[in-house]
Amino acid sequence: MEVSSEYAVQMHGILKKFGAFTALDHVDLDVKRQTVHAILGENGAGKTTLMNILYGLYQADEGGVFINGEEAQITSPTEAIRRGIGMVHQHFMLVENFTVTENIILGDEVCGAAGVLDMKKAREEVLAISQEYGFDVDPDARIEDISVGMQQRVEILKALYRGAEILILDEPTAVLTPPEIEKLIEIMHDLTSKGKTIIIITHKLKEILESADECSIIRRGVYMGKVDVKESNETDLASRMVGRNVNLKVEKTKAHPGEVLLSIRRLTVADERGIDQVRELDLDVRSGEIVGLAGIDGNGQQELVDAICSLIKVKAGRIMVGGHEVQNTTPRNVFEHAVATIPSDRHRWGLVLPMMVEENTVLERHGEDLFGKGIMLDYDKLHEYTHTLVERFDIRPSGCEQERMSGLSGGNQQKAIIARQVSYVPDILIAFQPTRGLDVGAIEFVHKTLIAERDRGAAILLISYELDEVMDVSDTIDVIYHGKIVGSFEQGTVDEKELGLLMAGGGSQ
Amino acid sequence: MDSIILLVGITLMYSTPLIFGALGGVVSERSGVTNIGIEGMMVIGAVSAAIASYFTGNPWIAFLVAGLAGGLVATLHAVASVSFAADQTVSGVAINLLAPGLALFLCRNFFDGAAMSPIVTKLPKVLGDSWMAGTVWSNLNVNVTTVMALLLTLGVWFVLYRTKWGLRVRAVGEHPAAADTLGINVYKVRYICVILSGVFAGFGGASMTIAIISQFTQTAISGHGFIAMAAVIFGKWTPWGAYGACMLFGATQALTVLLGGGATVIPSQILAMLPYAMTIIVLILFVGKSVAPKADGVPYIKGSR
Repeated sequence: MEVSSEYAVQMHGILKKFGAFTALDHVDLDVKRQTVHAILGENGAGKTTLMNILYGLYQADEGGVFINGEEAQITSPTEAIRRGIGMVHQHFMLVENFTVTENIILGDEVCGAAGVLDMKKAREEVLAISQEYGFDVDPDARIEDISVGMQQRVEILKALYRGAEILILDEPTAVLTPPEIEKLIEIMHDLTSKGKTIIIITHKLKEILESADECSIIRRGVYMGKVDVKESNETDLASRMVGRNVNLKVEKTKAHPGEVLLSIRRLTVADERGIDQVRELDLDVRSGEIVGLAGIDGNGQQELVDAICSLIKVKAGRIMVGGHEVQNTTPRNVFEHAVATIPSDRHRWGLVLPMMVEENTVLERHGEDLFGKGIMLDYDKLHEYTHTLVERFDIRPSGCEQERMSGLSGGNQQKAIIARQVSYVPDILIAFQPTRGLDVGAIEFVHKTLIAERDRGAAILLISYELDEVMDVSDTIDVIYHGKIVGSFEQGTVDEKELGLLMAGGGSQ
Repeated sequence: MDSIILLVGITLMYSTPLIFGALGGVVSERSGVTNIGIEGMMVIGAVSAAIASYFTGNPWIAFLVAGLAGGLVATLHAVASVSFAADQTVSGVAINLLAPGLALFLCRNFFDGAAMSPIVTKLPKVLGDSWMAGTVWSNLNVNVTTVMALLLTLGVWFVLYRTKWGLRVRAVGEHPAAADTLGINVYKVRYICVILSGVFAGFGGASMTIAIISQFTQTAISGHGFIAMAAVIFGKWTPWGAYGACMLFGATQALTVLLGGGATVIPSQILAMLPYAMTIIVLILFVGKSVAPKADGVPYIKGSR
């Protein structure tokens, strides 16, 4: 495409290699002024790399960047800021114990003589921009005290304060609640009407349809063209992104719940600071059903899972597994009661990355006679056992049994965990954020596996911060807020809006 | 009454080297670099001050030389921990092991193989050397370094909390990636802070050998740097907090002196443990509760989160 000042950003023929790996293979991007432009791609497709090049964090090996029709050499974030580019990172770049004002002015401070801060003037300036865009941000609040949605607005303000005309938002909705997402989309449209140009990086199709004008698609570092969002739909976008037809709808039959296998009564759990995170929570999961726990991060989900696994002590209440109380015992004891867990952070809790795949697959069972005699491990048996799992769960690359776990992609690492947990043939399967950071194809696999486990007769507790996932996969949807179940619905009897409201602490209950 | 005046005087005297060292710790750790090598930097400051004072006869020049020497040693720590992202504890320990040896080497080299320096010219007292001489009140005529430590605390506080550089230092110590994306050079900020911490520690060493005592001995600095580090934690990484904590540690040292003289029955060996025992107690009580800068001790590598 020709270089023209009609476009706020143009990137042509961008090539970026990390060692032997080609992250971006001659990718093009043309963003019209005053539009919302989405960049869609799976995890690891190169979206963020492309934007990091635009923001000066990386340098392209080949290709040109044009801002408003002029060639630009962007070698650092400072240079990007000077050219009117602002970026809101997926993981917020905010100093938690600083105030809103301090965070906004950092690096471009309002000063009197000799570098002495003029906080009064700074505060006024921040307030002025905040009001201009209707952000409603308290300039004196500390970041750690405000909501995630508010923090995101501070990030946007940071860019606007520096005179950004082009805003890059990296996965902006990943951490937001449904009402916050709505507000963000509103803000995005308001910003474009005031002359700004917005680029959003995302793999969420629904939000692109709701917010973007155009959408560029990148698949494994290759540019797959640009779509007019008005003339597209979810299925179309998904298949373009993945390169094959994807079934977005989770297919499953009706559940046939049996006896209650996991029963939690009046459970209260405090976190390490001694603050109650789970408060008198009641929950039942029956054999052959998936109970989905919807809720925003930080409402007691982590403590609940840790308590079930006996990783932390409970303050009060009971956790019954198949009729046996298991609270305040040991993780080993819980495991022996046929409870398997897919942890929320595969790197921190799920895997030992420097160890081989076959060592990882027997982590919880290495002492069994199946894998050796006495204190000796029989690596041939490990190998054989892991090989069947690799085949059955299609963990790639095939024959990876003796590779280090760290060499596998995120999706395959997750498959390895799921393979391991499912291979225990558990009565109860706790799946905590099982699709975190996975792309469409891998998500499909995880969901299918969960449903297969359900049909086998396992009781499944699915805890996820992705509301769509909970709504699509669960047979029963419970909403957790402030450590309590504040609503329980059968699948199909409740809509996103009502759940969103309950998750945010609204609603009648 | 007399013993109270004595207590105050000795507290002020002994807290001074600690304050310099602790301010060094505050500056370094606020930028996100753990500096366990304060002790070693104080030792180097102590020996260089004695050497420079002996050969120039001017304790003021000696004081500056000590700062310079401390800064030089700190540069090693900065190169290792900032540029090469080395483990900051290991680098600090290395400096603590290196410094006493280097100090002894320098001492023997300059003073004909002696393990301690001759008596050298001291920095003056605030009210002149003969004020109220012979009375208990002369104890309140503190070393000029005591006042300098107070002024430096004020200065560090002002820069950290009232200027843009302070804002940047604190941001780098809390969330270096955030600072980086806003065009702040994380490495430069950390280099400056670590080197400054060495300069302050060097001053601390000097305020022992050319203000409190008037020579360098191998035991002139014995754990003062570690006590200073404890004061940083106890003082919640703030200049005034550290100042107050150093006063407390200084007071325990003063108690040792006071109780040690006269007819008390406490063995001097037990008394000499008091400041160190106090350090351990304070750390046990406060270490979990006070909040360190988030990125303290974590090397910053561009592009990682």
